[in-house]
Amino acid sequence: MSILEDGYFTLEEVLALPGCPSPEAMRGRRVAVVECGHELPCNPCETACKAGALTVGTPITNVPKIDAACCDGCGICMVDCPGLAIFILDLTRDDGRAELWLPHEFLPLPEMGEAVLLCDRAGSVVGEGQVTKVRQAKRFDRTAVVQVLVPEELAMTARAIALRR
Amino acid sequence: MKQAEIVVVGAGPAGLSAAAAAAQAGAQVLVIDENAEPGGQLFKQIHKFFGASEHRAGQRGVDIGHELLEEVEGLGVDVVLDASVWGIYDGSTVAVASQEYSWRVKADRIVLATGATENGLSFRGWTLPGVMGAGCAQTMMNVHRVLPGQRVVMVGSGNVGLIVAYQLLQAGAEVVAVVDALPRVGGYPVHAAKIARAGVPIYTSYSVKEADGDECVEKVTIWRVDDRWQGVPGSEIELDADTVTLAVGLSPMAELAWVAGCRFLHIPELGGHVPVHSAYMETTVPGIYVAGDVSGVEEASCAMEEGRLAGLWAASAAGRLSVAAAVAAAAPHEASLARLRSGPFGAAARGGKLAMDGRRDEAWGQTLTRGGA
Repeated sequence: MSILEDGYFTLEEVLALPGCPSPEAMRGRRVAVVECGHELPCNPCETACKAGALTVGTPITNVPKIDAACCDGCGICMVDCPGLAIFILDLTRDDGRAELWLPHEFLPLPEMGEAVLLCDRAGSVVGEGQVTKVRQAKRFDRTAVVQVLVPEELAMTARAIALRR
Repeated sequence: MKQAEIVVVGAGPAGLSAAAAAAQAGAQVLVIDENAEPGGQLFKQIHKFFGASEHRAGQRGVDIGHELLEEVEGLGVDVVLDASVWGIYDGSTVAVASQEYSWRVKADRIVLATGATENGLSFRGWTLPGVMGAGCAQTMMNVHRVLPGQRVVMVGSGNVGLIVAYQLLQAGAEVVAVVDALPRVGGYPVHAAKIARAGVPIYTSYSVKEADGDECVEKVTIWRVDDRWQGVPGSEIELDADTVTLAVGLSPMAELAWVAGCRFLHIPELGGHVPVHSAYMETTVPGIYVAGDVSGVEEASCAMEEGRLAGLWAASAAGRLSVAAAVAAAAPHEASLARLRSGPFGAAARGGKLAMDGRRDEAWGQTLTRGGA
């Protein structure tokens, strides 16, 4: 099965995307993981990135490519992506957990400190995480940024949260 | 009889864009729409649009609608609502029915931006309350704030199906399944990924077999379809659902072009019968232009660019803009359209518009069976 048949990428497919930083780059710093791979006519991520880390170029249907060395993990591309296909990942912690930033558009929003269920790309619950921050800003245009601590081994697996309540 | 330099029928993304472009060129523009509110489908589009910054990518459709409306109002365009255009005579007299009276307006140029209608799908139980178009569900939720159902089966995985499924989740419904008879997801994979990670199963190569219930939908049965579109007995899956939303394509709402005597071609990639039009968006009836879904079903971003082109060329034909000035003003919109239609997801529209150019003579040669010029 592929995303075109069941709607979601496998981890292997994500790792092979030009928008996915190498495992080494992910270890080194907080970075964006761009899970976009289908030649859509779209480039707000490139426009959003002031660090020049994301390239779409010409034609506009190029799949976004990341230069992880330039990415400072600010997350502006994440809130500007109309496909909600960008996630920010911080694997630099040394407590066995990673911080994951998710674009989130469901109400009610989780609360700071709340324990939430973690879902993978297929929507299956794979574990539990703890919300560290929920950010909203005019610049985000009603897409909230939910920051959640997840077990490190789920950093590239968890892609959504579900509330327990 | 009322007079208007340019009458635009339809106040959606294409019509408002056409009105803005024409008014900017100095034309006196009258926009007529049968709905109580302008904006067409834009105010239901609460998601962020795709494209580049020139297409207002990243902005939500509803906000683009407000901006367009402000632009049109600022240019002094007259927008008449709650009024249905029901006929066009001699290529220039537009017949309108308002709530309490009928009236006519003589137009130098006419832009048809009437949009499209949702296709239906028949299956046993399809007349039960609870079966509706995806656009209908979207109107209920995003305009009238009414949740159409609690447990929804979405039929069709094109962008409309995927986006409305996501909006149903946002509104608090459960989407039990998205089914598509095609073996592949039709819309943007990123839209599919959004609902997949929210737990919505997507069944490709599946269709609705039947909907059951006494007075409304209580159960929906889906089944696999083979490569000849036949249901496979034994593959049935019963779903506990109270709503079926149909997102199985759109057809250009081209009745006014028919009655005006425009020539048509059947181009499946564009949604069915479309009025033949030139790169200037002019139909085969001189002075009548088309823009947006009526000229071939595409994304709203494309409708806005086509609207700008139709408005520019109509204003130019009305003497408000030299051809050279119109060519220059049209160029960025043409380039922008080409960008929106690039890549695999633009192939249908690209191919469809090309096919129209290639078959232009065929349209002139055919015997008119509807309308009549």
